[in-house]
Amino acid sequence: MATEAAHGAEHGEGGLVFHPMDQFIVKPLFGDGPVGTFTVTNVTLWMALTVLCVIGLLVLSSSGRATVPGRMQSIAELAYGFIRKMVEDVAGKDALPYFPYIMTLFMFIVVSNFLGLLPLAFTTTSHIAVTAVMAVAVFVAVTVIGFVKHGAGFLGLFWISAAPLPLRPILALIEVISYFVRPVSHSIRLAGNMMAGHAVIKVFAAFTPLITISVGVGILVTPLSIVAISAIYALEVLVAFIQAYVFTILTCVYLKDALHPHH
Amino acid sequence: MATETHQTASACLTPEGGAVGMPQLCPEWMGNQIFWLVVTLAVIFFILSRIALPRIAAILADRQGTITGDLARAEDLKAKAAEAEEAYNKALADARAEAQNIIAATKAEIKAELDEASAKADAEIAARAAEGEKKIAEIRASATESVKEVAEATALELVAVMGIDADAKTVGSAVEAGLKG
Repeated sequence: MATEAAHGAEHGEGGLVFHPMDQFIVKPLFGDGPVGTFTVTNVTLWMALTVLCVIGLLVLSSSGRATVPGRMQSIAELAYGFIRKMVEDVAGKDALPYFPYIMTLFMFIVVSNFLGLLPLAFTTTSHIAVTAVMAVAVFVAVTVIGFVKHGAGFLGLFWISAAPLPLRPILALIEVISYFVRPVSHSIRLAGNMMAGHAVIKVFAAFTPLITISVGVGILVTPLSIVAISAIYALEVLVAFIQAYVFTILTCVYLKDALHPHH
Repeated sequence: MATETHQTASACLTPEGGAVGMPQLCPEWMGNQIFWLVVTLAVIFFILSRIALPRIAAILADRQGTITGDLARAEDLKAKAAEAEEAYNKALADARAEAQNIIAATKAEIKAELDEASAKADAEIAARAAEGEKKIAEIRASATESVKEVAEATALELVAVMGIDADAKTVGSAVEAGLKG
């Protein structure tokens, strides 16, 4: 993230240069070739790091199998208990077979979000392609589960029998639209949140070298930018967890609709 | 990041290697991200479902088992302690009752013995008293006799000294009359 200042100094002699979106560029890790489907890119690197962190957090930490857990094992147990309880409370006991899938999503998102907060990191979850794949996967899986479990009865999700009869077709239309909007909001919420925070930090970072250009304005703007970066960074730490939580709990809510379509 | 120069012409990059618009919307890069995402999710899912989740579940179950076992054992020990206390109390009460019995029996025995002894003593005392009385009576009788003898002899002597001739029989009856009077 801090490279922005260097970048500005390099390119714009005497002026501030804003490149808040450069941090999201996908580029090959080795060489300068084109980005093909199987090219090893910075996406690969940060996703691999995510995998390593997940292994460290959940596998290595629990390798002692201590009855009285240490710190790392406590984290693993807390994460396990947190998501398992969420699945059970939100989607019901019959959703527990899907717990490993939901845990996979949660661990990937939460670890990616936090890794993305490291300076110079590439935030995989800030990409709509990544979040959309997960959201669509959830959407398709939930729809398939709904139809497999309830057949045509799954359509009862859209036919609200509690409402007065004349209202039901209108409500059904709204329900169907909102159902199909789910993957869109589900994915854009996560990617948008991650991207926005990181971009804002970059914008403030671009303001910090102002004191080297104009001491008069810079003396005010530079400290303010640094304070703003710190404040937004703190907010982003919160957002990193909350967005992972929101994505996961929404997955559970959608799963609940598939398992229990009758309101 | 942006300090590198990109020779590759890409619709999503400026000639300087900066981003054009939102890199998130660059279709050239989506395939790569989706591929690696699928690989990553598959790997994480494999790790979680094969290793991490069963292991953590086993740890939690073990702990639950240990806690339940410990609680059961504590309950057991508590019951045993209560049992032991009850047994102790019972033994104490038994011992107390027995002691009471022994005390009562001993008391009765002692009392009987005492009664017997005192009866025996009473009888002995009575016998001794009777004997004593008899002896006293004897002594008294003998004393009276001696006194009479002494008195007769003395009287006889006195009479003889006075020059009166008196026979023993008269003196004897006079002494006797005197002793009675």
